[in-house]
Amino acid sequence: MAIKTEEMVLNMGPQHPSTHGVLRLELILEGELIVDVKPHVGYLHRCFEKHCEAMTYPQVVPYTDRMDYLSSMYNNFGYAVAVERLLGIEVPERVEYIRVIMGELQRIASHLVAIGTYGLDIGAFTPFLYCFRDRERILSLFEMTCGARLLYNYIWVGGLSHDLHPDFVRLTRDFLNDFKPTIKELNNLLSYNKIFIERTANVGVLPLDTAINYGMTGPNLRASGLAFDLRREDPYSIYDRFDFNIPVGEGTHGTVGDCWDRYYVRVLEMYESIRIIEQALDKLPEGDVTSAIPKRIKPPKGTIYTRVENPRGELGYFIISDGSLNPFRVKVRGPSFISLELMGELCKGHLVSDVVAVLGSIDIVLGEVDR
Amino acid sequence: MYELLKDIFGNDIIAYIIGAALPLFVFILPFALFAVYLERKISAFMQDRLGPMRTGPYGLLQTIADILKLIQKEDITASETDKKFFNLAPYLVFAGSYAAFAAIPFSGMYIGSNVDVGIFFIVAISSLVVAGLLMAGWASNNKYSLLGAMRSAAQIISYEIPTVLIILTIVMVTGTLSLEKISQMQTAYFWNWMIFGGAGWGLTKFLLFPFMVVAFIIFYISSLAEVNRTPFDIPEAESELVAGYHTEYSGMKFAMFFLSEYANMFAVSAIAVTLFLGGYQSPFGYLGNTLGISWLIPIEQLFWFTSKGIFFVTIQMWLRWTLPRLRVDQLMAVCWKYLIPYAFVNLIIVGIITLL
Repeated sequence: MAIKTEEMVLNMGPQHPSTHGVLRLELILEGELIVDVKPHVGYLHRCFEKHCEAMTYPQVVPYTDRMDYLSSMYNNFGYAVAVERLLGIEVPERVEYIRVIMGELQRIASHLVAIGTYGLDIGAFTPFLYCFRDRERILSLFEMTCGARLLYNYIWVGGLSHDLHPDFVRLTRDFLNDFKPTIKELNNLLSYNKIFIERTANVGVLPLDTAINYGMTGPNLRASGLAFDLRREDPYSIYDRFDFNIPVGEGTHGTVGDCWDRYYVRVLEMYESIRIIEQALDKLPEGDVTSAIPKRIKPPKGTIYTRVENPRGELGYFIISDGSLNPFRVKVRGPSFISLELMGELCKGHLVSDVVAVLGSIDIVLGEVDR
Repeated sequence: MYELLKDIFGNDIIAYIIGAALPLFVFILPFALFAVYLERKISAFMQDRLGPMRTGPYGLLQTIADILKLIQKEDITASETDKKFFNLAPYLVFAGSYAAFAAIPFSGMYIGSNVDVGIFFIVAISSLVVAGLLMAGWASNNKYSLLGAMRSAAQIISYEIPTVLIILTIVMVTGTLSLEKISQMQTAYFWNWMIFGGAGWGLTKFLLFPFMVVAFIIFYISSLAEVNRTPFDIPEAESELVAGYHTEYSGMKFAMFFLSEYANMFAVSAIAVTLFLGGYQSPFGYLGNTLGISWLIPIEQLFWFTSKGIFFVTIQMWLRWTLPRLRVDQLMAVCWKYLIPYAFVNLIIVGIITLL
């Protein structure tokens, strides 16, 4: 006689230690084996896009902070680039350089959170605190510059809210010099740990064609083996002036596109960000950062789609202007929301523990998924 | 010890009960409190933090404050739980892990109950914990608890096999199940410890040495798994199962699980120390012998035993805050593919050597 078995539905979240915010995953389990994963989103919905319609163009900037709250600088950056292109204005050299420095510092900070919490998901607690210790120094640099530690409202349309602090350049260099050995330490502690590799290699493999079909971008796509980076492919700001590599997943410990690759691409990207920041600090020109800020932003009728390379992938702003002071429509193409669609695909046939590993490796921020 | 108590109380049974319960109250409960503090401090120092600093000097009273808080908390029992088993489970786990201390010799004079089958008793009584965990997980009527309980039952039962195989190896060499006698055999200097092949200077000692080291490593790894410590803490993996089998527990019942976890950490270290590292024996003679003060010796023995035990507890904490956690299938693979075959081969080789 066959034993009667039943599938079990397990609600992971919205309150769960490792759903990285308020995400609810509906897991259909057979024992501990995953049959299906259905993500339920919307717990953090704050009507960002609708709000924008009632705001003037500069008033939207603080709202962009609150989408992907781990990379607020870059959200500001993307929005500023979009509106500037709509207006057709140029910004001073110094502004461009500071934007790049801030953007790349933000990328390091964001990747540190991704890496640290990933270790936490796998069960290693200590690397998490090491990552946060280093992130703290970046946040101090931001705080010194604009007064805020998480939601900066720093990069404005046409310029910046404040100029750099006189000590900023020196402290940033100090940080970068201290930080480079720390990445090595982190690698020895976590990345090359046998147990960590066992848990992540060959888990949640994302083949390149699936990645492209699902519209994956950023580190998740690069981990699958395609060197696609908007900083290189579709340069915005002054990224074409810097020399940097695009790390891709190589399947060092398993298959190309597994969780370990997605993790390690982020580690390597931190090195590249350091290189970009160092080059930018060397060439940082003098000038006024607020001179080009328009007194009244009233773009001509038209539409624009601008995309920037957010730490999590392609962050696109689609703005329709009806010629008034308020945008007619602001649509955001967020990388986390699109990455999250892959959960079901990546988790099938794995165990409950792997759901956490996969979710951590695609590195979502729920603030941006729900907007 | 027993004679002393008998003199005081004048009754066999009362003397036995008090003798067996004494290590619990004198030593293990304070130790569990201390170990929680130690773990928080060790993890803090490993992570560039200070740890508890506010309650008392250097936060020394932190655990006491925690326990007081837990006692005051409401003891929540969700409406859908199986109340009888839900309430029973923490006591079963607590009893299982604390009863083991009754047979552990803390010093020549201080052993709760000097039974001849001490090690056998410990193996048997600590299996009670599995029943408690399974009961807690099932009675909670929570899916995370159920998964955690299933995992821990599978894990503890699997890892008992290599543990028992290694214990068998030691029993084969020493020829006794009494922990007291095993400790006495490893007296005088540290080269008489079982990990170095036991007492005597024969050929067997040198042949046994490497295999005893292997046995010790296997024993230590599987004992880590038996107490659910990282890298084998999957039953309560907080990033996956929230808190595993004790998700639904609060207040003092939660504290029961918590205290028994820390007691277990010391229990397995104590067994490892007794079997391999001389038990309560000093590594290099006693001060009491040199000075001719005989009452000093048991105190020194207690000192050596606790130091060795705490040393291994510290190693467990060190591992816990360094390593990630294995997945449930990998955990089973480690046990069935590596530890059990090695332990078995080790057992056979040691058997042949002892026959020589």
